[in-house]
Amino acid sequence: MDKILRIDVGADGGPALREEPVGDYAGIGGRALTSTIVCKEVPADCHPLGPENKLVIAPGLLSGTAAVTSGRLSVGCKSPLTGGIKEANSGGQGAQVLARLGYAAIVLEGEWNGEDLYKVTITKDGATIETANELKMKTNYQLMEKFQETYGSSGAMLSIGTAGEMRLSNSTVAVTDKEGRPTRHAGRGGVGAVMGSKGVKVILLDGAGTSMRQPVDKEAFSDANKRFNEGLKKHAVTGQGLPTYGTNVLTNVLNEAGGYPTYNFKQGNFPDADKISGETQAELEISRGGVSTHGCHRGCSIQCSGTFLDKDGNYVTKQPEYETVWAHGGNCGICDLDAIATLDYLDDDFGLDTIEMGVTIGVAMEAGLLKFGDADGAIKLVKEVGAGTPLGRILGSGAATAARAYGIEKAPVVKGQGMPAYDPRAVKGIGVTYATSPMGADHTAGYAVATNILKVGGDVDPLSSEGQAALSQNLQIATAAVDSTGMCLFIAFAVLDQPETFQALIDIINGCYGLSLTADDVVALGKSVLEKERDFNARAGFTAADDRLPRYFRREQLPPHNVVFDVPDQELDQVFQW
Amino acid sequence: MIITLNCFASLKPYTPDGGTLELAEGTTVEAVLTRLGIPQEEIRLIFVNSVHVSPDTVLKDGDRLGIFPPVGGG
Ligand code: SF4
Repeated sequence: MDKILRIDVGADGGPALREEPVGDYAGIGGRALTSTIVCKEVPADCHPLGPENKLVIAPGLLSGTAAVTSGRLSVGCKSPLTGGIKEANSGGQGAQVLARLGYAAIVLEGEWNGEDLYKVTITKDGATIETANELKMKTNYQLMEKFQETYGSSGAMLSIGTAGEMRLSNSTVAVTDKEGRPTRHAGRGGVGAVMGSKGVKVILLDGAGTSMRQPVDKEAFSDANKRFNEGLKKHAVTGQGLPTYGTNVLTNVLNEAGGYPTYNFKQGNFPDADKISGETQAELEISRGGVSTHGCHRGCSIQCSGTFLDKDGNYVTKQPEYETVWAHGGNCGICDLDAIATLDYLDDDFGLDTIEMGVTIGVAMEAGLLKFGDADGAIKLVKEVGAGTPLGRILGSGAATAARAYGIEKAPVVKGQGMPAYDPRAVKGIGVTYATSPMGADHTAGYAVATNILKVGGDVDPLSSEGQAALSQNLQIATAAVDSTGMCLFIAFAVLDQPETFQALIDIINGCYGLSLTADDVVALGKSVLEKERDFNARAGFTAADDRLPRYFRREQLPPHNVVFDVPDQELDQVFQW
Repeated sequence: MIITLNCFASLKPYTPDGGTLELAEGTTVEAVLTRLGIPQEEIRLIFVNSVHVSPDTVLKDGDRLGIFPPVGGG
């Protein structure tokens, strides 16, 4: 991983590829690298779809090595959805293959001619780019059919569906999984639109002839990797809960805790939650011959995923995740797992973020465009987005835009990005993260749900405002560091509870690079990433007023606890004071 | 008194038929767990009426009790 591939789509005579040494950007990966490049090279006041913006795709520091669960990919840019900096993180095979091919990052830059679509192919012998206008308005699964033989079982495809091509603010960069399917997405913040604004439709990564990246200190690395893996296996969440039920096990937990946002964040319980719970989902999947334990990339030792088949045993989609099941399910009053799986498939196919899409449909329901619980209506709307009808384009521009178009206040967004599956009034720690993260409302940026609700890594009362700002601060710092390693964030459950597993992670990095980092260095890395992101956002025009939840979360009580969000503004403003 | 009881995830088999239990006044959560024979070390989260509580909580008529093993996601 010692080179960067730059693709200037605006070069004289057509797109030009340039490989350069990683240079000043050496020693960082994943989110640290995408945010550093964006912060340094992209003028913060530029238009996200303009020629000055760049799309940076970077594997984590440990991706492509034997380190378990290290295959996460970071995609960064100025976000068309939030107007701030963005790092969207994805599973799938992309990070592993890109790292083995030797790239620390791919940077798409320059001014697109606005017409031609391009296909980039990267093999062990280098990269090429060609015009591929026959791919216009192809969906992700159509691209898979066309190219699966090219990227094959040792490669991966990064692509945009129709949403990214139309440069909708809700659009993803899809990443193929172990089976070569476009089921994993750098989902949040409209990163697909930025790829679309460079005219790049697909990047094919051919892993043939590449080998695993070798650590500097083999012995120390393997020993640490072994301890780390044992730690993941030993912890009840990463060793049993996630593999058995997937992330959707949270439906019943959040519902039981009164923090499950239902009917566009109107109440904290969904009466039909059990019909779409992880327990019900796993049972259904297995009864139909699907699998409920599956990794999104080779080398994941947690394996939180699965496959969802229809009643006749045909593949529908990967196991929809908790956030997806919530966004299209409880948030919209929908309690039909088959309808939710169809929505998940459509989102993947068109390249839409499932959270943003579900939140937007919730807003459309609130606005009276369709009724809560109308699964067929929801499916129809997502198809409109994929086809780019005028209504589809409004809905594909995210929840904030849809709410504005329909003249309603109740858009559960921060910095223009839809809130995920935890109501910030009943899980106040995550409310602090939603409000203050440089990414906009993002649960992964500082997953206080762990401590507030799941009682992993400590116990902070979710209903009290006390201690939430400090909790969110610590988690945001740790997350920024983890997101830079290529490790899946779900390792945090084990790392937060087991100091020896945290140490093993640091030892893996040290063994890989021949370093002697300490826990303090990891904290310093996390802080430096956040500082850069905050600096970018400040230059893009963000102020403390943007680090707030929509006012109605302070005004309207959430049943059953009848609570409002009451973490004081002064505390929100302290989150990045260290 | 009667309470509603749900055990989730790997503890689901412990949910009593009909999802309710008849209990003597003053029964604690701990006594219910013992009665159902749920191994202590498998229990991570206990909710009564949507609030996370400790096992020594005394139950009241009409309470809704939810029991979880360690779980996570995101
Ligand atoms: S735990 Fe799940 S999301 Fe994370 S890398 Fe493994 S399969 Fe992918």
